[in-house]
Amino acid sequence: MCESCGCSEGAKATVVNLMTGATTEIAHDDGAAGHHHHEHEHDHGDGHHHHHHHDHSHHGHGHTVELGRAILEKNNELAQRNRSWFQGREILALDFVSSPGAGKTTLLEHTIKERSAAHNFYVIEGDQATAKDGERIRAAGAPVVQINTGTGCHLDADMVSRAVKELKPATGSVLLIENVGNLVCPAMFDLGEQCKIVIFSVTEGEDKPLKYPHMFLAAELMIINKTDLLPHVDFDLAVATSYARDINPQIEVLTLSARTGEGVQAWHDWLETKCAAMKDTAFA
Amino acid sequence: MHELGITQNIVSIVAEHAKGRPVNRVVLEIGALSGIMTDAISFCFDVVAKGTPLEGATLEIRCIEARARCRSCGTEFVQEALFSPCPCGSHGVARLTGEELKIKEYELALASEAAPEHGLAAER
Repeated sequence: MCESCGCSEGAKATVVNLMTGATTEIAHDDGAAGHHHHEHEHDHGDGHHHHHHHDHSHHGHGHTVELGRAILEKNNELAQRNRSWFQGREILALDFVSSPGAGKTTLLEHTIKERSAAHNFYVIEGDQATAKDGERIRAAGAPVVQINTGTGCHLDADMVSRAVKELKPATGSVLLIENVGNLVCPAMFDLGEQCKIVIFSVTEGEDKPLKYPHMFLAAELMIINKTDLLPHVDFDLAVATSYARDINPQIEVLTLSARTGEGVQAWHDWLETKCAAMKDTAFA
Repeated sequence: MHELGITQNIVSIVAEHAKGRPVNRVVLEIGALSGIMTDAISFCFDVVAKGTPLEGATLEIRCIEARARCRSCGTEFVQEALFSPCPCGSHGVARLTGEELKIKEYELALASEAAPEHGLAAER
């Protein structure tokens, strides 16, 4: 069992289509490994070596088999498959990550309400439990599938592909993926998104990029949210931005308040630019 | 936190590759900056391996030092943290090693009928 987040064996993740109520369960140990891909990788222990790179040496009490495989290989392959699927359909897929309570759902709600004339939005909501965020998104007017990860602390590429199967996003749409609120684990799992967007609120302290460097390194855009609270907290925007750039010199930074609408125009513009770029790169 | 899922991946990749034959040792290569707590992997391993061909196997974790090359001055150096700059002060660096997350090898138990020669002869 995982000492940090209390993950336990046999926990099941579920995908709930909030439009139809259809529920699918994903066994925890099935996960990304559920898709067996058979490469022509066989070990020939009898000495009839083919061109395979396996290096068989006999030492100790066993028979050593050289593997040299990336532990996240299956997730990465599935993520790549998702990415190609999105690209072929000119779908812009964005993965929103943050600590719990930074304002991911609020930003998505406002984006859907204000920009649905310009874009066709679809949403995948990831949470450990409940469909509360999914219901908020549905009320905002976008088709949504809720993934409950159970004891899992992040979304993976397999969960996203199953959710996409339920959601069936249209060609040319924008798929907003709201990851589980957690600044650690989602950084390592590619979902097939175009980019990760990290949301960071002014109530959190400017040093968050230094404390969770993997996430800020994985993100292409950092949105500093809740700027309406700046007069009430000791948060220095310049310091936060410089910490983020120490980790990731290329990271783009936007500051806004999803609640009051301050600064959201720059976010809408960013989204517009990304959508246009997506349509240029797609080959469909 | 994500170490449980990582460990499940390790066990499933090795079990699939070993085709059900018992495994007595697994060797991982984990980079110093991979974002993985090796202690947590070791902690999860026995639990996850239970009931699989890896049950009771020993886990050996080799840590890989993080090295990077500076894009400004070309110096190669050991990077202590993900965002450590080059000694020249530049943050524009290319990581050479340290992000590994690999299963290097595993060792099959040579129990009589589980010997790889037999196991594979039956497959062919």
